[in-house]
Amino acid sequence: MTELNKLTIADARDALRKGDVTSTEITEACLTEIEGAGALGAFVHNTSDLAREQAKAADARIQAGDAPDMCGIPLGIKDLFCTKGVPSQAASKILDGFKPEYESTVSQNLLDAGTIMLGKLNMDEFAMGSSNETSVYGNAVNPWKIDDRELTPGGSSGGSASAVAADLCLGATGTDTGGSIRQPAAFTGITGIKPTYGRCSRWGVVAFASSLDQAGPMTKSVRDAAIMLEAMCGHDAKDSTSADIPVPNFEAMLTGDIKGKKIGIPKEYHMDGMPDEIEKLWADGADMLRDAGAEMVDISLPHTKYALPAYYVIAPAEASSNLARYDGVKYGHRAKLEAGDGIDEMYAKTRAEGFGDEVQRRVMVGTYVLSAGFYDAYYNRARRVRALIKKDFDDVFAQGIDAILTPATPSAAFGLGEMANADPVKMYLNDVFTVTVNLAGLPGISIPAGLDAQGLPLGLQLIGRPWEEGDLLNIAHEVEARAGFVAKPSKWW
Amino acid sequence: MSIDIETARKVAHLARIKVEEDRLPELAENFNAILGFIEQLNEVDVEGVEPMTSVTPMRLKRREDVVTDGDMPEKILSNAPDAREGFFAVPKVVE
Repeated sequence: MTELNKLTIADARDALRKGDVTSTEITEACLTEIEGAGALGAFVHNTSDLAREQAKAADARIQAGDAPDMCGIPLGIKDLFCTKGVPSQAASKILDGFKPEYESTVSQNLLDAGTIMLGKLNMDEFAMGSSNETSVYGNAVNPWKIDDRELTPGGSSGGSASAVAADLCLGATGTDTGGSIRQPAAFTGITGIKPTYGRCSRWGVVAFASSLDQAGPMTKSVRDAAIMLEAMCGHDAKDSTSADIPVPNFEAMLTGDIKGKKIGIPKEYHMDGMPDEIEKLWADGADMLRDAGAEMVDISLPHTKYALPAYYVIAPAEASSNLARYDGVKYGHRAKLEAGDGIDEMYAKTRAEGFGDEVQRRVMVGTYVLSAGFYDAYYNRARRVRALIKKDFDDVFAQGIDAILTPATPSAAFGLGEMANADPVKMYLNDVFTVTVNLAGLPGISIPAGLDAQGLPLGLQLIGRPWEEGDLLNIAHEVEARAGFVAKPSKWW
Repeated sequence: MSIDIETARKVAHLARIKVEEDRLPELAENFNAILGFIEQLNEVDVEGVEPMTSVTPMRLKRREDVVTDGDMPEKILSNAPDAREGFFAVPKVVE
């Protein structure tokens, strides 16, 4: 068997069970690919020695029988996850040199399932960005290319998306606060699911906006997303918002039967100036679901327009509070001090040197909206609007809607550096279709559904009912089957 | 609502981020762009709507009020930029 790195998780699992291949062989294939893919900037900390040990252990476990589905599968882990003894710095200078003494619950769950960690993946600093251009490691690059330009893989999970799309690993972890799994998945032609808030433990995941952050898998297929998600989630006493409910066998829920499912098409997602190609992709997606026996229903989510502004109050507010811990005392970078500098200068200089521009901007916006005199006008108002956005979804689900179909992004991948001089709000618009889902705590999945006229991948998003990831994956699986997206980027790196 | 340079300076101080004087105008301009965008929220009628506190209707779990972890000062200090004799070391705080 050649090119083992190109396997899906499902195929690798089956081949490992049959003894056709070993985890060590798949792991070596991935490590070789990673070595040759420096130009993508996807992997930022390699853990090849650790990976080889883990692969050996996985092979022994598979041979002994009774190994879990994910046993022996080599993965990339987003740098936002704390991994014991391995640099974990959220792509920020302020966590330079930080090696956690503990393992995040999600990555521990994956290790317990026998997966292999190939290394840590690039991302936007503290997951704040939509293009992976705010990373201290430099840009991650999209393996898709149509001319001389290097394109963004999206963000913040840009390294994860790039690595999976370029077959450097079989799957990767991502995190999603406003679209950070789904937008990069769409930009790179892969699948990414953000589960319901509370499905995956946030313990040991560097916090950005705690009421919005969720981890999820980024994979080459919907089936793989189902398999990997199951291994990632589950109740965790160390995260008080982690849901204490059973985790179903998501893969077993891919029945292929979605007859009679009611799929909502929200009219508010027809944005002004949206490219025709995106409108067409969306209409094609509806046709695919109709073909599978689902019923399309026009719905209204009236507060959609206010999701992004509400997000840009709530997320920076929570970030300003969460990032207060980076003070140059407990871990990471501390600024060199001048004679006479006290602790206040130490904080201010450390944070000025350690945080990049976008992170500084968001921390300060958050500080402002939480400051005395503005708390009610901004923060409390945004939380009220958030309640209305969630009610919009509650209402359509109460009408019997099973899932909602939308485009994943308002455009295909853009060139790195193209947004450098735009005002920050322009970049924020990337998340216009995804951010509502975080505000309402719902599961959302992005699936590749076609190519634009230039030959770049475009994604569709399906939004599900709370805790109904299984149903959502089943519907997504039918779109995937009909979209027949098999295009791959040609190798230039 | 417009942010002037004085407010930008104050916010930077509250956030404990040192911003050089010559960068304050750009920062104020950025704030104004973002806050201008946020102003849209004023169009929404939020009368009688409670601010959301939890996105899933669940009660926070409670546990026994007991010590569950500890006794690992070396691990706690292992990443500190400056640790001495079992403590985090910082510049002099008390005059």
